[in-house]
Amino acid sequence: MKVKMLSRNPDNYVRETKLDLQRVPRNYDPALHPFEVPREYIRALNATKLERVFAKPFLASLDGHRDGVNCLAKHPEKLATVLSGACDGEVRIWNLTQRNCIRTIQAHEGFVRGICTRFCGTSFFTVGDDKTVKQWKMDGPGYGDEEEPLHTILGKTFLLGSCASDRNIVLYDMRQATPLKKVILDMRTNTICWNPMEAFIFTAANEDYNLYTFDMRALDTPVMVHMDHVSAVLDVDYSPTGKEFVSASFDKSIRIFPVDKSRSREVYHTKRMQHVICVKWTSDSKYIMCGSDEMNIRLWKANASEKLGVLTSREKAAKDYNQKLKEKFQHYPHIKRIARHRHLPKSIYSQIQEQRIMKEARRRKEVNRIKHSKPGSVPLVSEKKKHVVAVVK
Amino acid sequence: METAPKPGKDVPPKKDKLQTKRKKPRRYWEEETVPTTAGASPGPPRNKKNRELRPQRPKNAYILKKSRISKKPQVPKKPREWKNPESQRGLSGAQDPFPGPAPVPVEVVQKFCGIDKSRKLPHSKAKTRSRLEVAEAEEEETSIKAARSELLLAEEPGFLEGEDGEDTAKICQADIVEAVDIASAAKHFDLNLRQFGPYRLNYSRTGRHLAFGGRRGHVAALDWVTKKLMCEINVMEAVRDIRFLHSEALPAVAQNRWLHIYDNQGIELHCIRRCDRVTRLEFLPFHFLLATASETGFLTYLDVSVGKIVAALNARAGRLDVMSQNPYNAVIHLGHSNGTVSLWSPAMKEPLAKILCHRGGVRAVAVDSTGTYMATSGLDHQLKIFDLRGTYQPLSTRTLPHGAGHLAFSQRGLLVAGMGDVVNIWAGQGKASPPSLEQPYLTHRLSGPVHGLQFCPFEDVLGVGHTGGITSMLVPGAGEPNFDGLESNPYRSRKQRQEWEVKALLEKVPAELICLDPRALAKVDVISLEQGKKEQIERLGYDPQAKAPFQPKPKQKGRSSTASLVKRKRKVMDEEHRDKVRQSLQQQHHKEAKAKPTGARPSALDRFVR
Repeated sequence: MKVKMLSRNPDNYVRETKLDLQRVPRNYDPALHPFEVPREYIRALNATKLERVFAKPFLASLDGHRDGVNCLAKHPEKLATVLSGACDGEVRIWNLTQRNCIRTIQAHEGFVRGICTRFCGTSFFTVGDDKTVKQWKMDGPGYGDEEEPLHTILGKTFLLGSCASDRNIVLYDMRQATPLKKVILDMRTNTICWNPMEAFIFTAANEDYNLYTFDMRALDTPVMVHMDHVSAVLDVDYSPTGKEFVSASFDKSIRIFPVDKSRSREVYHTKRMQHVICVKWTSDSKYIMCGSDEMNIRLWKANASEKLGVLTSREKAAKDYNQKLKEKFQHYPHIKRIARHRHLPKSIYSQIQEQRIMKEARRRKEVNRIKHSKPGSVPLVSEKKKHVVAVVK
Repeated sequence: METAPKPGKDVPPKKDKLQTKRKKPRRYWEEETVPTTAGASPGPPRNKKNRELRPQRPKNAYILKKSRISKKPQVPKKPREWKNPESQRGLSGAQDPFPGPAPVPVEVVQKFCGIDKSRKLPHSKAKTRSRLEVAEAEEEETSIKAARSELLLAEEPGFLEGEDGEDTAKICQADIVEAVDIASAAKHFDLNLRQFGPYRLNYSRTGRHLAFGGRRGHVAALDWVTKKLMCEINVMEAVRDIRFLHSEALPAVAQNRWLHIYDNQGIELHCIRRCDRVTRLEFLPFHFLLATASETGFLTYLDVSVGKIVAALNARAGRLDVMSQNPYNAVIHLGHSNGTVSLWSPAMKEPLAKILCHRGGVRAVAVDSTGTYMATSGLDHQLKIFDLRGTYQPLSTRTLPHGAGHLAFSQRGLLVAGMGDVVNIWAGQGKASPPSLEQPYLTHRLSGPVHGLQFCPFEDVLGVGHTGGITSMLVPGAGEPNFDGLESNPYRSRKQRQEWEVKALLEKVPAELICLDPRALAKVDVISLEQGKKEQIERLGYDPQAKAPFQPKPKQKGRSSTASLVKRKRKVMDEEHRDKVRQSLQQQHHKEAKAKPTGARPSALDRFVR
């Protein structure tokens, strides 16, 4: 007879000395790993709950301005440098890692309406209420004057987008110095921002509490309407990845939206933060800074439960696994409920309820009008087309 | 036998058409796929360095619908497609005799692949469908990789073969012990314990520790490999069953009156008075549930992590003393005296299913580790194997001279039956097939009637508890050779055990999720989906996902005049109308076909039937 018994040599399974690692042989046979789906579901549930536990996005508040912060600008090359302009004409340069102000300039006599830095990082321009545009050196004191009476936001190299107070967004071609297209919306747009990854997409922050993402090639319908704010949206900035953007609103909150979804994924608010005027996403896509009415610039994490600093390889592997689990099970009702839950200040919460009731009422009336009139006489307008008034070539 | 599923071939046919329509532009660094003619010279020797630098072009078979906001196409990184063998010449001119990736056996890939491609989801939009296709392709690739990783498994299963037509059933244990190496021979031992009654035994989940309890109160736990005794006590009461909980630290003993839980030092930790007169115990390891079957006819589930009774179900079938669990889906099988086996889950008050198995009472039930086969034996001296996944029909039957009072399956699909003081073991062809009941694989006679049977996990050993004590038998080929270190590791250290315990508690599955199909959570809840859609249409007043009415595209050169627009619209409308009529005709045909066989006797009311 031929016989062989299963016998394992313990030397192959037990470590030799205390200083060695433990040996862990693996067998991926599904018969040895039953209940794969329910166990993964429970792990995803735990991961979602832990994400909410560790969601502490607020990092720091930069104090120093003597009036509300009106505009922010990033240094194109140094991640830690930020410029801010206040409503009393003061411009301050901050260092984010040390969280202090490096330089203060009294730039204008009224509001500082806009700052922007040159791509090389050696100088920056400020626009003020005293009808001047001034250029400053980044390093030391000094100034010079230049005239350019346009309220603009620099976008792509040859393309310029601007929003004006007569409710329109105009696209200009810089090479020919002519306006290309104009789209007129229901209410005035406060800011536009170009998507750094997709050159033809821009997002407009509008007074009617919404943000509109347009494709430059087809301006008649916005690609997406982002509705979540309860008051006018004042500023918008894209993340360098081009997948998300952050918006600052007159209701005292900032919201992070994914580009392809109409609802926000995150909302940041504090009792001390009043109307948020300007917001910027840092160039390493990790932090968000917002300047508000009460003279403070706040620094937040873009992913609220992210652990900052250097992670060990095991931490990275665990983080990636949890991320993938959350993604896989995001549609299950319990997990969705936990992942979506955010605490909101009472004012915003009650405003949301009120606006929901109003919207429902409007929609019900629309449905009734369609039901009780001749079929086809009342046209069904999609939500996206409702807000664009006209496109002018 | 081995067929090679080439990684480039699992392209769905629809996309194939798209592929052939759009020709990929030929890049200057890509080779021509046209082979050179037979007589032509091979050309200048190609630099090895050139070939390595060639970038991997993923086959762009998953062309997602272009959206305005273009997402990064989630094209899975495919392994390098194997090039024309003639282009694989090295510097020396030698050719690779085995071009392309190594072949993978299809059965192994099937084991890892969990997709059921035949099911189609209703109302799927193009975006969802394309995402599903990408996900399915990724899963196939992963299963191929997992199948390849089988090469790394170190151990081989045992076997026993008779030579020259020798019957393996006639080989006795003493012969096997002589023929086998010394370490395995030490695994065969007999504990002569006549004083304290017939014994029932249980191995811990890792297979390292053994607990046994005698009818007259003797309870002991030991590490049977090193023969180190952990504890030995007499509980001064009749012991009906003993089970380890999740680890070797906590044996649970079903005593005459109540259920007691002891520490592995013999200290009594808990006495659970709600579980009284328990005859059988089963532990569900991934749910941390201890199921108890009692004389009063109640099946009670106790959650040992929080210490609560999750469910106490009245089985309404009198005294329960035949119980087994299905390790695949954690369903409890109870055998009754009317020949039925009922399947229970703690979430439901009624049994999930009832299977009529025998003409007399059912005396033993066992389910194999993959949950495919159930073996039952009854008072009518029959031993039957049922198919649990699908038809619930008996696959094979065998009449035994003496009814089998105990049944157990091993990890590799061997079935053991204890009939009086004899145990018979049957084996199947491979791991996936049921054991064939024609000829037993091994037999053994013990010194007393059998009262408990269990195969040791991950070892080729069968533990038998009988009136004379405990016997550990050698059964080559019973245990799974390669264990997974993160699930149950017989060689784990104290720290590894602690870490494993914490992780297992964190991913404890709640009892409500136990049902016949453990993958039910992964399926789309089609009923709720359709209900939700209906509610949405009612609320909004229109269907947002309905196809928009056809708008003909404006064309140049006079093809956009009113007459031609109307003609184009008419064409599309007629086509849709024709489709609708065809569908309704088909439905009518189906209805008539269904209604026809009811014509038993013509009656006067037939003319009113639609």
